[in-house]
Amino acid sequence: MTAIFDFPAPPEAPNSDALRAEVRAFLAEELADFPPRERALSWTGFSADFSRKLGERGWIAMTWPKEYGGHERSALDRYVVMEELLAAGAPVAAHWISDRQSGPLILRVGTEEQKRLVLPKIAAGECFFCIGMSEPDSGSDLAATRTRATPVEGGFRVNGTKVWTTWAHKSHYMILFCRTDGGPEDRHKGVSQLLVDLTTPGITIRPIKDLTGGEHFNEVVFDDVFLPESAIIGARGDGWNQVTSELAFERSGPERFLSSMALLQELIGRLSQQPGNERAEVIVGRLSAHLMVLRRLSRSVSGMLERGENPALQASMVKDLGADFEQSIPDIARSLIECEPDQTAREEYAATFAEVLLSVPSYSLRGGTREILRGIIARGLGLR
Amino acid sequence: MSDKMLLDAAQRLFETEHGPDAWVGPGSGAMEKGAPIWLKIEHMGLPLGLVPESAGGFGADPLEVFETLRAAARVALPCPLAETMIAAALISRAGLDLPEGPASFAAPAPGVVSLTREGDGFRLRGELARVPFARGAAAVAVTAELDGAAHLALVAPGDCTQAAGENVAGEPRDTLTVDALLPASAVAPTALDAARVFALGAAVRAIGLAGALEQTTAMTVQYANDRVQFGRPIGKFQAIQQNLSVAAGQTAAAVAAAGMAAEAAADLLDGGSDLAPIAAAKIRTGEAAGLVATIAQQTHGAIGFTLEHPLRLFTKRLWSWREEFGNEARWSRDLGRTALSAGQSGFWPMISSY
Repeated sequence: MTAIFDFPAPPEAPNSDALRAEVRAFLAEELADFPPRERALSWTGFSADFSRKLGERGWIAMTWPKEYGGHERSALDRYVVMEELLAAGAPVAAHWISDRQSGPLILRVGTEEQKRLVLPKIAAGECFFCIGMSEPDSGSDLAATRTRATPVEGGFRVNGTKVWTTWAHKSHYMILFCRTDGGPEDRHKGVSQLLVDLTTPGITIRPIKDLTGGEHFNEVVFDDVFLPESAIIGARGDGWNQVTSELAFERSGPERFLSSMALLQELIGRLSQQPGNERAEVIVGRLSAHLMVLRRLSRSVSGMLERGENPALQASMVKDLGADFEQSIPDIARSLIECEPDQTAREEYAATFAEVLLSVPSYSLRGGTREILRGIIARGLGLR
Repeated sequence: MSDKMLLDAAQRLFETEHGPDAWVGPGSGAMEKGAPIWLKIEHMGLPLGLVPESAGGFGADPLEVFETLRAAARVALPCPLAETMIAAALISRAGLDLPEGPASFAAPAPGVVSLTREGDGFRLRGELARVPFARGAAAVAVTAELDGAAHLALVAPGDCTQAAGENVAGEPRDTLTVDALLPASAVAPTALDAARVFALGAAVRAIGLAGALEQTTAMTVQYANDRVQFGRPIGKFQAIQQNLSVAAGQTAAAVAAAGMAAEAAADLLDGGSDLAPIAAAKIRTGEAAGLVATIAQQTHGAIGFTLEHPLRLFTKRLWSWREEFGNEARWSRDLGRTALSAGQSGFWPMISSY
């Protein structure tokens, strides 16, 4: 039992200081005029232009083989770049999903044709992905998916509706999770992942405004959409295993605890103007301790992934602890600074506070709800 | 030492000598003087784990030695192992002779004790509050200033006025009033000043908290699987599962924090000066202690509220150790001051340097 609490010391990252300095210098220049209220969007902030520049720098697809446009660097180097981008509140949404999830999936189980088609473009920061998982009647219960790709001559005919699909309206491709075989009673069997070019006829994408007023996620309707047989990613019917093996990568990264950094840094900026404020010192010290430990946990999982282990359980713990932390920031801020949140304020602090306040409810929903994660942890403890 | 042979051996010894059978009954946190368990620990050489090879140590990896303290906490070992280890580490580094038997240490705040020259020796005067396991210690290693430099002074509790005290887990925390003439051989300059020694104390408590948290969570999960109500183990109820998942996450964070504390403590012993990772570890383990103890007590119900039940050995240590060598508020103030002086642009560089 105690083994599940063991997060080995994160591996040393040689030469990471030079890389970190290089990324910081780049960000200082690129984001010189990027205001805190925009940084507050964190990895929901979308800029195709910025992603292309990162691609030029070689900071996307860092760990992938060179033959597919990657740079064959270590996961630790990649971690440095990711956390520096997040700490700066850089607008990374355009390539984030393809770099973190879709590209690695295709690299692992995709066909040669799929790899050649998308990986070099992802690496260049010119090809963006969204993930078609949730549906109106299938949220946490992913296996209840109703969208169906019915086998037809030469491929599949897809019908169904995906929802909460982040950045679908600005993406080139979707990794569609749907049923190809069997019926709902088969649960984890008979579901597959398909590569969908979003320009395919029959697909309607409708943005949905979220709590912040921004259009980040969408409803995506498939109406008799034809996909060729070559769209299948990995093994037909093996979608469940493929999706669950992605989760450790999805759940343990620095984006699971750095989403509120813009507000935290604005807060520290203000408090550092109040020397001798002991209550502020105590509160900021606590937050610093949490951040340092979360970072150690997250980097430890990164090390496990690099060694080919399967830290799905540890990743769930990182995400659960991380979401608690990043969600707590607005309430902590308001205990220290009196301010009415206002997205339209001229003053950056009030706007940043408002943006983060309105964003945090999503932190314990996206990528697995708090309750689902805790259920996974309970299973790991032997309670289920 | 490779492949954690020392840790494995220590763990076996702890589990044999103080496994679950020893937890039954209203035992206290203190061992009897000359207890067989301590003699076996001494025989293993564990108290000398942090002594450099050149001073009679056996060249163990300090990180592995610190892990034995986590293992000790997992069985609520009723011995001054951490205290003797740190005392021996300090004494050997100051070039003084190691005393026979258990020892302890104290890092009083500036001005609390005075060390002055007197004749061929030194006089140590002042009050050492709540020294862990002082009553059974052969010597207490006290960090004090002399001529503006940190010195280590060895004093025998027998030469002090002792006021017995204990933490809520029953571990001795005795206050010593000292006015003793010490021979020249009992005092030497030390590179480890009071702030560093206090941090070493915080580090071993953070490590102990992590071990006690591991056991508390493990016991509570076991109880939830064993205890049947409404026709099924209570661990089958989602409300209980969610709480225990929180306990597990907190425990994982504490174990990670303990690793951070161990690395920083090893650096301090090697001449380092960075206290921030130890501050972070003591803050994080202390916070986890309160949350997990609450969940553990709640899950155990009334049986866990009895003095007989072994849960008390662990929750009481959690409630004690989080206060010792600085609680969360104390270390948060220090760490927060550092963070705020780094300012808006320096905050992330500070965090990411660890």
